[in-house]
Amino acid sequence: MALQDKDRIFTNVYGYQPWNLKEAQARGAWDGTKDIIAKGREAIIEEMKASGLRGRGGAGFPTGMKWSFMPKQPPVDQNGNPKPSFLVINADESEPGSCKDREIIRHDPHLLLEGALVAGFAMGARAAYIYIRGEYIREAETLFAARDEAYAAGLLGKNAAGSGYDFDVFIHRGAGAYICGEETAMIESLEGKKGQPRLKPPFPAGAGLYGCPTTVNNVESIAVAPTIMRRGASWFSSFGRDNNKGTKLFQISGHVNRPCVVEEEMSIPFSELIEKHCGGIRGGRDNLLAVIPGGSSVPLVPADQIWDAPMDFDGLRALGSGLGTAAVIVMDKSTDIVRAIARLSHFYKHESCGQCTPCREGTGWMWRVMERLRTGDAAVEEIDMLFQVTKQVEGHTICALGDAAAWPIQGLIRHFRPELERRIAEAGNVAEAAE
Amino acid sequence: MPKVTVDGVELEVPAGATVLQACELAGKEIPRFCYHERLSIAGNCRMCLVEVKPGPPKPQASCALPAAEGQEIRTDSEMVKKAREGVMEFLLINHPLDCPICDQGGECDLQDQSVAYGRGGSRYHEHKRAVTEKYMGPLIKTMMTRCIHCTRCVRFSEEIAGVDEIGALYRGESTQISTYLEQAAKHEMSANVIDLCPVGALTSRPYAFEARPWELKKTLGIDVSDAVGANIRIDSRGREVLRILPRVNDDVNEEWISDKARYMVDGLVKRRLDKPYLRRDGKLVAVSWNEAFQAIATLNPGNSIAAVAGDMLDCETMFAAKKLVGALGSSLLEGRQTGMDYDTSSLAAVNFNTTFSGLETADAILIVGSHVRWEAPLVNTRLRKAVKRGAKVFLIGPEWETTFGGEFLGEDLSVISNLPNHVWETIRDAKRPAIILGGAALGRGGLEAALSVGEQIGVVRELEDGTTWNGFNVLHMAAARMGGLMLGYAQKGGLADIVAAKPKVLLSLGADEVDYTKFADSMIVYIGHHGDKGAHAADVILPAAAYTEKAGTYVNTEGRVQWADKAVFAPGDAREDWSILRALADAFGVGLGFDSFEELRNAMIAEVPALGIEGLADYGSVLPAGGGSASGLIAYPVKDFYMTNPIARASATMQQCSAELLHGEEIAEAAE
Repeated sequence: MALQDKDRIFTNVYGYQPWNLKEAQARGAWDGTKDIIAKGREAIIEEMKASGLRGRGGAGFPTGMKWSFMPKQPPVDQNGNPKPSFLVINADESEPGSCKDREIIRHDPHLLLEGALVAGFAMGARAAYIYIRGEYIREAETLFAARDEAYAAGLLGKNAAGSGYDFDVFIHRGAGAYICGEETAMIESLEGKKGQPRLKPPFPAGAGLYGCPTTVNNVESIAVAPTIMRRGASWFSSFGRDNNKGTKLFQISGHVNRPCVVEEEMSIPFSELIEKHCGGIRGGRDNLLAVIPGGSSVPLVPADQIWDAPMDFDGLRALGSGLGTAAVIVMDKSTDIVRAIARLSHFYKHESCGQCTPCREGTGWMWRVMERLRTGDAAVEEIDMLFQVTKQVEGHTICALGDAAAWPIQGLIRHFRPELERRIAEAGNVAEAAE
Repeated sequence: MPKVTVDGVELEVPAGATVLQACELAGKEIPRFCYHERLSIAGNCRMCLVEVKPGPPKPQASCALPAAEGQEIRTDSEMVKKAREGVMEFLLINHPLDCPICDQGGECDLQDQSVAYGRGGSRYHEHKRAVTEKYMGPLIKTMMTRCIHCTRCVRFSEEIAGVDEIGALYRGESTQISTYLEQAAKHEMSANVIDLCPVGALTSRPYAFEARPWELKKTLGIDVSDAVGANIRIDSRGREVLRILPRVNDDVNEEWISDKARYMVDGLVKRRLDKPYLRRDGKLVAVSWNEAFQAIATLNPGNSIAAVAGDMLDCETMFAAKKLVGALGSSLLEGRQTGMDYDTSSLAAVNFNTTFSGLETADAILIVGSHVRWEAPLVNTRLRKAVKRGAKVFLIGPEWETTFGGEFLGEDLSVISNLPNHVWETIRDAKRPAIILGGAALGRGGLEAALSVGEQIGVVRELEDGTTWNGFNVLHMAAARMGGLMLGYAQKGGLADIVAAKPKVLLSLGADEVDYTKFADSMIVYIGHHGDKGAHAADVILPAAAYTEKAGTYVNTEGRVQWADKAVFAPGDAREDWSILRALADAFGVGLGFDSFEELRNAMIAEVPALGIEGLADYGSVLPAGGGSASGLIAYPVKDFYMTNPIARASATMQQCSAELLHGEEIAEAAE
């Protein structure tokens, strides 16, 4: 059963209506925000926990639990003054394939701003920082304007939305580094430093932005919160399988007849998602080669395995991949799959921050070998060597970029090894020993 | 005190320890590149990965992980071995295989650890990375292709030196370490990054291609370029000192030394006095030792003899000269060459009483007349640490660029007695107040005025933990100063007393800062090692040994007694100072009571027992009351950090530093 219109959270995701405050309020945003806040911090967090919402940024950490990690009593600095807490909203949507936050920001920004207030209040934050991707120029303009509207209407700032709670929203524009989407690198960048991930521990909930307790959430996780609070956890959790509740913005790109961003129920089968919203695979189901189901960082899944798979965290994990941001990249049989993955390797090589050794050196190495595998200018043993190199990177780095660089290649080798060997054989390098 | 298990051995580790420290306590070696005890934790090299349970099923960076109760740490598992091999391989794929022409060879962490933890061969067949050359000044030679991006140099200049000079540009595999706008590193401690660099990316420019570490004889010495008494290791080959490195001593220099201490060594072979000289018809001519001695003896000065000690002398030389002057019936001894005459009746009042490590714990510091960065760069790093812990610093004197902030209150000495209210309240209410008095503030009543302030704020006090805090500090600039004062090298009226006594013979013991025009009627016997100002004014020159060429006792400005060994022999006919004075006694026909260095040292210790005990001498913690007022503009005596002593002035490296870094001259690099 597909999601009905009445159950959609993002009712203006296609921008058929204006984004502004009046229209947003007509669609339900900022409705009863004061009453939501009046429920109190604990109640909001409990409701979020009960809704089963898992973080929409890729890792899928339960949102309510994340909020509950924020200290109830603010820690004090060395002079005995209490430290403020902060909410950082990650709008640095740079993952190849992902484009959902962009739609939220440009067409439904008030859901995000309202969510910022609700989430910020629930975690006792003094302010929210929205870190928006530098390339999102129009989107940032919309967001700035929406924020000004909200301030003018008394929905943010002192006594936000008449709740008695003071809450500010700051918008910070990034400068185009993918790594700044990593939560601690984002915090560094907000502080004005080079965007390089921090070591954990300490986790941001203990010492984050300016050394104060901080929670970093994805745009979508925050934007769905007010609606969940309005309609109740049981409504939200009525969608999707256990442990994978709710609705989700799927972003389908690539070789489908109608690429789109669509809000759907979690756990919807891949086939239904494609057939219903995207007009099917280009050239029909038999033309499907492989799918990257969750943005460039997750391993690809070949056609036969993905077709009936439920699109949720656990279902894709069972296939050795992941839901990630639900950026579904569909590739038909016209795709040069090796070239596609080699291009992703170049992306990670280009975006590695260079701080820690395995990622700095490994991403370049992997990309260069991938480029040779693309043309077959390699030895068969090098496929295994490449696989070992990805294993040497994966799990050895400070942040997850190393893993993200390794997984696509691992997926390729796991599922398309015959293709790699065919290219090597055709290039005539089989017998040539590595010098 | 959490209990952890390292490779099956259970042990308790101090609270706050990291997993890496826990492993070291268990006797396990953990390879590392970026981790350094004195720098912040970066965790970026990933070489120290170990397996830790409970935790995620992947290896953890032990340098950054706090040890926690019940952890099971494994350093010998297959996972750890693989992780180390992997990281090692990554570090080496883009590292050039130019060890045979790399100065780090033989003392390279990358070499050592790749032997111990790496794979036998490489599987990397792509092109290696090359990085454009950087210029980091006359001291640091760069070869950035070798860099492994551990960021130790970046963290050192940011955290220890307090100068944001070095940073990382670009990202990913294009990351490059560079100085800001590729200018020379300009602070006084810059060359310490050479020691910190675990590979051959930053090496010593003056020492480039000079020697391999295994050829060098290593001698433990004490630096004499300032009064800090940094512990150094003198590396020599044959008769030449090739380089100087810091030794670890947490009380004195931690593990840093100033650029001057490190690089004035090439001055040891330039402008040396290697034979005796005698002034005949206004010109200095080379003579034999006998002729020189006879010329002095025939003058028959009787008790009309005086000795002036230079800044870099060891206590033994000063003691031998004191005995000689005393045997002739004189007591005219002075070490304060520039004519300062502050009261030395209480050594506690002219000592650095907090000690350097104690200074870190001070919470309010008043600095009077000291350009600390130039007069004692190592003390500057301590000040920075104190400020990081929350100390407030106020300075009196002309402004200089501090690395720790601080508020300048004025240039006149009179400010001591008229402190602004907020300053006064801050130091009065501080728990551990400290006053630092530099050379420029000791005279003109400065010492007494500062003592008076000290008394009013209770600079000597009992702390809550029962220890005594003495926050009154004098920061000297001469390595010989405290030793000289302990041996009585001070006249009540300073050098003026010696001038007034019109001695027939003036023994100048390496004294190069004295205004010799005041001794026109005296025969000046210069016993020293460099043809500098003293030698120019001398009537007789007796060539002696520099600090690397004699064993000796030194007392730093904290009153810390330290011993140095002899690294090499003095050049030519030059002799060790004490033996020259012993021979001079024979020429005068008097006895000194010793015939060997051991006898000399024993006699000295018998007279000043504190010199026989390594460590802080006890001057008591009672300060004289002081009083009176001081006035006069403060002028720092050090005009050029790189040119403060005859060895540094003779050093081509120091001359280049002075010209390029302080006077902004463009040094044309020879096209190689």
